[in-house]
Amino acid sequence: MDNFLEVSNLSKSFSGFWLQNISFSLPKGYIMGLIGPNGSGKTTTIKLILNMLKRDNGEVKVVGFDNITDEKAAKANVGAVFDTNYFCDEWTVTQVEAAVSVFYKNWDKNKFSELLKRFHIAPTKKVKELSKGMQMKLMIACAFSYDAKLLILDEPTSGLDPVSRDELLKILSEYIEDGEHSVLFSTHITGDLERTADYITYINYGKLFFSGSKDEFTDMFRIVKGGRNELTFNLSEKLIGVRNFSTGFEALIRADDLKQFSHLDVEPATIDDIVVFTNQEGEHYE
Amino acid sequence: MKLIISNVSGMPIYEQIKQQVKSAILSGELQEEEALPSLRTLAKDLKISVLTVTRAYTELEQEGFVKNVQGRGCFVMGRGSELIREQLICKVENSLSEAIDAAQMADLSSQELHHLLDILLEDKKNG
Repeated sequence: MDNFLEVSNLSKSFSGFWLQNISFSLPKGYIMGLIGPNGSGKTTTIKLILNMLKRDNGEVKVVGFDNITDEKAAKANVGAVFDTNYFCDEWTVTQVEAAVSVFYKNWDKNKFSELLKRFHIAPTKKVKELSKGMQMKLMIACAFSYDAKLLILDEPTSGLDPVSRDELLKILSEYIEDGEHSVLFSTHITGDLERTADYITYINYGKLFFSGSKDEFTDMFRIVKGGRNELTFNLSEKLIGVRNFSTGFEALIRADDLKQFSHLDVEPATIDDIVVFTNQEGEHYE
Repeated sequence: MKLIISNVSGMPIYEQIKQQVKSAILSGELQEEEALPSLRTLAKDLKISVLTVTRAYTELEQEGFVKNVQGRGCFVMGRGSELIREQLICKVENSLSEAIDAAQMADLSSQELHHLLDILLEDKKNG
């Protein structure tokens, strides 16, 4: 089995929001970033993968198992980390282990205590006494202790200081080093992804905008800059989201459309640039 | 071998890896049949994407500097340093012929051009 996560034609509608036909797959041994502005459907997608929401349509396979008909097998192989912790605040770390471990046949007690040591989490501490970064590491320690093959994190880096963010990225790259684990990781802090992520899935207004390798994603676009008089009609037709200011303009353009405008200032686009400019376009449509 | 990634150079990360591996081969620091760092370990250590390292190693292979052996790793090819030297000589030729074009435009004699080259070489030697 080459894909640890396969999502096909996933759909879900709420009043005022429609997640439409999302399809993507994450190969074994790689990190995928799930990006998009707030309210674009990242968390909904993750909840549908974890069967915490009932889907309207589509199919999800987690490490080869259908997430509904084979839910137990799917969940035995997946670890989830959310931006707020899902343990009882009053529990001590030891009580968390007692409560969680019963659900997993292959729970490794030694590994858990090793991880606590490594993450500097005292087993006697109550969950509410742990910092946000520690709570996140506790959730990761749980997932690692039953050797989850796929780790899904929803906005793990929001609200973390730079030190903890860096630590998290280190933990994730170590986790996939053996080529036998994968990570799906939603975030709007794209700087975290710029280096570590192998694949990007970009969801915008409930629609899939792109899913593929990160290099492919950033290579698709460029940033062009120029004076106001250089913004011709031909050019503006091709631009995706423009920022005008008194002395010039700045815009996103598809690399394929660039040839005829090569006299302009061109820069590579970052993930942030692409998200920001494609959302300006979105606003025009509404 | 030293491999570091600069965030401000503007050069893509895979290109930075390629350049550094190439110069290590040319300087003899990496010998024939020597293994490059494992793909996944390097990605972890430099905190970069596995695909980025894969791309660097694949392109190095396509250009004939290393060979990837499935399941064993990536090894320096025997002719690696020769190839780089050829590439560098090619670069010298191109730059020189550019210089000649400019000299012709400026009406510089062949003697003056040789003289100029000697001065520049002398300058480099003296740092």
